[in-house]
Amino acid sequence: MTAVREEPPVQEVAGRRIGDAVFSRAALVSSLLVIVFLAGVAVFLLIKGLPAFDAEPDQLNERSSLWSLVGALLFGTVLASIIAMLIVTPLSIGLGLVISHYAPRRIARPVGFLVDLLAAVPSVVFGLWGIIVLAPYLQPMHEWLVDNLGWLPFFDGPASTTGRTILTAGVVLALMALPIVTAIMREVFAQTPRAHEEAALALGATRWEMIRMTVLPYGRSGMVAALLLGLGRALGETMAVAMVLSATGVVVNWDVVSSQSSNTIAAYIALGYKEASPIKVSVLIFAGLALFLLTFVVNFLGRWIATRGVVKG
Amino acid sequence: MTSTPPAEPGGRATDTIDPFSTGPLPPDPTAPAGRLPRLAALLTGVVALAAGGLLGVILGWGVAPVVAVAWVVFVVAFPLWSLLVENRRKAVDRLVTTLVWTAFVLAMIPLVSLMVTVVAKGAPAISGNFLTADMSGRALLDGSGGIFHALVGTLLVTVIAAVIAVPVGVLTAVWLVEYGKGTRLAGVITFLVDVMTGIPSIVAGLFAFAFFQVVLAEPLPRLAVGGGVALSLLMLPTVIRAVEEMLKLVPEDLREASYALGVPKWRTIVKVVLPTAVAGIVTGVTLAVARVAGETAPLLLIVGTAYQTNWNPFDGGTATLPTFIFGSLSKTSHFKYGDAWSDAIWGAALVLIVIVMTLNVVARVIGSVFAPKTGK
Amino acid sequence: MPGVAALALLLTACGGDDDNGSGGNGGEASGVDYGTLEGELIAGGASSQESAQNAWLVGFQEVAPNVAVTYEPVGSGDGRTNFINGGYAFAGSDAYLTDDEGELSDATERCAGTDPIEIPNYVSPIAVIFNVPGVDELNLTPEAVAGIFAGEITSWNDPAIAESNEGANLPDADITPVHRSDESGTTENFTDYLDAAAGDVWTAGVVETWPTDAGGEAGNGTSGVVQVVTENENTIGYADASQAGGLGQANIGVGDEFVPPSADAAAKILEVSPRVEGRPDVDLAVDLDHTTAEAGVYPIVLTSYLLACQQYEDQATADLVKGYLSYVVSDEGQELAAAEAGAAPLSDSLQEEIQGIIDGISASS
Repeated sequence: MTAVREEPPVQEVAGRRIGDAVFSRAALVSSLLVIVFLAGVAVFLLIKGLPAFDAEPDQLNERSSLWSLVGALLFGTVLASIIAMLIVTPLSIGLGLVISHYAPRRIARPVGFLVDLLAAVPSVVFGLWGIIVLAPYLQPMHEWLVDNLGWLPFFDGPASTTGRTILTAGVVLALMALPIVTAIMREVFAQTPRAHEEAALALGATRWEMIRMTVLPYGRSGMVAALLLGLGRALGETMAVAMVLSATGVVVNWDVVSSQSSNTIAAYIALGYKEASPIKVSVLIFAGLALFLLTFVVNFLGRWIATRGVVKG
Repeated sequence: MTSTPPAEPGGRATDTIDPFSTGPLPPDPTAPAGRLPRLAALLTGVVALAAGGLLGVILGWGVAPVVAVAWVVFVVAFPLWSLLVENRRKAVDRLVTTLVWTAFVLAMIPLVSLMVTVVAKGAPAISGNFLTADMSGRALLDGSGGIFHALVGTLLVTVIAAVIAVPVGVLTAVWLVEYGKGTRLAGVITFLVDVMTGIPSIVAGLFAFAFFQVVLAEPLPRLAVGGGVALSLLMLPTVIRAVEEMLKLVPEDLREASYALGVPKWRTIVKVVLPTAVAGIVTGVTLAVARVAGETAPLLLIVGTAYQTNWNPFDGGTATLPTFIFGSLSKTSHFKYGDAWSDAIWGAALVLIVIVMTLNVVARVIGSVFAPKTGK
Repeated sequence: MPGVAALALLLTACGGDDDNGSGGNGGEASGVDYGTLEGELIAGGASSQESAQNAWLVGFQEVAPNVAVTYEPVGSGDGRTNFINGGYAFAGSDAYLTDDEGELSDATERCAGTDPIEIPNYVSPIAVIFNVPGVDELNLTPEAVAGIFAGEITSWNDPAIAESNEGANLPDADITPVHRSDESGTTENFTDYLDAAAGDVWTAGVVETWPTDAGGEAGNGTSGVVQVVTENENTIGYADASQAGGLGQANIGVGDEFVPPSADAAAKILEVSPRVEGRPDVDLAVDLDHTTAEAGVYPIVLTSYLLACQQYEDQATADLVKGYLSYVVSDEGQELAAAEAGAAPLSDSLQEEIQGIIDGISASS
C-alpha cells in the first residue's frame, strides 16, 4: 500500500488541501443528488396519484374504496414476500456459508459465479420457467398440503389444479431474490477478519462454534442488509408474479394453495396498466405509492435493527 | 464434504477461554476422545438412502419422498453417531454442517434447473445470423431474424445507467462512510437511500418519461438515454448500499495507519480504503448492473420498441433484450410462427445471461488487479 | 420462401402504378404514390392488433421504402392516451372512443377540431380453446360456454356438453376454465358475447377484467392463457384464434348449427351488426350483434379500431398517415394481414367506405 516516507514539501500540502476539498465536495454533491432524484420521483407520484381518490368502485375492481383496494393488495404483497423470505433466509445463509467457509475453493468459485449469473435472468424468464417447470412440479405438493395440513387456514383448499398459486409465486420470488442475497452474504462472511477466525479455531472451537462466535456476529448488519435487498426485490417484482400467479381481481385470501389467490401490488399494476383509462392510471400509480411506502417502512425497520445490533469485531 | 478444519485437536479442548463473550464453550469433561472414521458421512448417507429406498420400494413411493426420508434419517443418525463416539460439541458441529449443505443443495436444485432450461432451450437458437441480424423486414413477421438490435440497445442503456449510477453511488457511499458519518445530513441521506430502494421499477420509468417530456418538449420521448436514467435510479440505492457495507468493513486500523504516515484523507480513500473493499464493491456493482439489465417495465415506457438497430442513444427508440423478450412473448402462440418466436425468446435470455457473465468476469479481473495483495 | 418473394413482387408492382385518385374501387390503393413518401411514423396501442400491424408495416416498408413505421403494442389505454396527446400519429384501440372520461372530446381537440376517424380495421375470431385428452372436436351451445365459464358446469361429461357432442368420448373429469388475469379487450369482447347470447347464465355483465367470483384459473395475456391450457389437461380457455397455437378450438352454436372459428365467419358479423348511433360519417364504431342467427357467422369476435385524425398539423404527417392507412385497407394489405396474422379481411363495401374516409385526410394549415 501507499506509504509516504518523507515530510512533504509545502506546495504538496496545499495540493493536498485542494485535493481533499475537491474530493469531499464531489462526494457531498453526489449525496445531494440522491435527494434531488428522490424529490422528483415523490412529487411526480403525488401529482399523478392523488386523482385516484375520485375513482368509482367500477374503476377499483369493485372494491368499496381506494383504501380497501390498496389494503387487499398490500395483504397479497406481504403474503407473497413472507413466503419468499421464509425460503430465502435459511437458504441464503446456508449457501453463503458453503461458498465462503465450507466448500473447497474449486467448488466455491464456480458456485459463486453461477449464483451471480442468476441475478441477471430477466423476470420474464423466471416467469416462463415458473409456468413450464415449477408450477407442474409443485402441484402435487399443493394437494398434499390440503390433504394433510388442511386444518391450517393457509392450506384450506381446494388445491389449484395448475399449481399457479401464491405459494408457487412465493417460491419464484425466493429464487429471484436468492442470488442477490447470497452474493452479499458471502462477501460479508468472507470479510470476517482472518485473525478472529484463527483465534477461535486455535482455542479448539469446532467449525460451527467458530462461525457462531466470529462470522455471524461480525456480519450481522451485512446479513440484514442483504436480506432487505432481497425483500425489496420480492416486494417490487412485477412480471414473474403476473405470469405465474393465477390471480383475478382483488381478493383477500389466506389460502396460499387455491387458485383464488390474493394479488400483489406490482402484478396488479402490470396487469392493469395496459388497458387503463386516465383515472385507472391514477389508481395504479396510487397503488405504486403504497408499495413505495411499504418497502420504505420495511427498509427502515431493517436498517434500525441492523444498526442497533451491530457487534463491532 | 466434512473435511475438518485444521488445528482441531479432537475432543480434548475442554478448557477454552471465550474471547468474544457470545456464549461460553461448554466444558465437557466426560468427552470420549474418539473420532468418527473419515468416511463416516458417506457411510451414514448410504445407510440412510438404503433405508429410504427400502421404505419407498415397500410403499411404492416416488423419488422425492425417498430422498426426504433418507435426509431425515441422515440428519438424525449422523449427529447421533457423533454424539456417541465423539462429544456433544462435535455432534452439534456435524448437525450444522449437514443443515448448511442441505440448504446449499436445496437452493442449487431450482437454480440449476432454471439454468439448464435456459441453456437447453436457448442454445439451439443461437447462430451467426441470430447474433448479427435484426428483426426488420420480413423477419418481424416470422421471427427468422436476430437480436442484434436488442443487443445494441441493452449495451447502450446499461452502460449509460452504470455511467450515471456508479460514480454517484460510490461517491455517495464514500461521503456517508468517510465524511458525513454521524452528521444529521448523513442520517437524512441514509434514510433517503432506504426510501429509494422502494421505488417500484415502473415508477422509475414513468418518472424518466415525464422528465424527458418536459426537457425535450416532445409528447412522446423515445431515447436510450432516458432508459439509462430510469435504470440508474433503480441501480443507485443498490450500489450505495453495497459500497457502504463494504467500506464499513474496511478495518479502521488501515485508515489510521495511512493517516499516521501523513497521507491526505482523499488519497487514503482512493489508495487504501477503496482498493481494500474493491472485490465487494465490484460484486455489488455487477449485481446492480445484472439486476437492471433484466429490467423490462421502465424501458417499455421510455425507449419504446424498435425493429432496427439504433446506435444513437439520444434519438429514437431502441429494443433491448428484456423488452424484446417481453414483446415477443405475445407472439409465441402465433398460429404460424409461434415456435420461431419461442426459440428467439430463450435465445435472447441465454445471450443476456452470457453478457452478464462476461461483465462479471471482466469486473472480477479488474477487481483483482486493483485489489491489494493480502493473505486472503 | 418463394411465396413470400412472389407476394413482395406483387406488392411492389401494385404500389408503383396507381397514382391517380380513383376513390377506391374495392380498396385498390388510391391517390397515393407510396414510392414518393418519406419520413417516420410512430403509432401504437392495442396489443391484439400487433401481428396484423406488423404485417402491414412490413408490407408497407416494401412498397414505400423511405418510410419507417413503428407500432408499439402498449395496450389500448396507452394507445388512446398517446394519440390524444399527439405522441402517436394514429392508434389502435380495442374499444371505440366514448365521452365517459372525455376521451372523445379530447381526441376531437387533438384533431384540430375535426371528428376523429374510427375504423374497425382488425377483426379476428376469439376461439374457445380446450385441452381434453381424446377429444378433438367439441360443439358448445352459447349456454354451455357461459355455464362453463361461470363455474356452473363443472364436469366434462355434463349433459349440457354431452347433448351437443354425440359420440365424443368426454371424460368424467373436472373442467378447469382459464381466463385472462389482465385487463383486456379480448375479455371484454368475450363477456360481451356471453352477456348477449346467454345472459341468464352469465350474470356478471360485460367486463374488461374477469369477475372474481366466476372462479377458474388465470393466465397473463393471450400467450399466458394459451400456455396454461397447453400445459394442463381438462382445461378450457378463450384466445384470439390466430394466437391459439395448435390447440383444439370449439365450434360455437349459432341458430341450429355449430360454426368453427374462421376469419371469414368472423368478418361476417360486421355486416350484420348495427353502427353506434349518433356518430359522424368518419366514425365507423360498431355495436356487435352476438345473438345473430345468420348462417355461417362466428359470433365471438374481437374488433379493434384504428384511430386517426381527419386533419393533422403538418402536411408530411397527413400524407404518411394517408399512405399507410390506404395500404392497410387495400387488397394487398388485407390479404397480407389475413395470411400472416390470421385477421379477417374487410368486406369490399366496407373497404370502399373506409378508403373514402382516408382520402379526406389533410393538413389543417
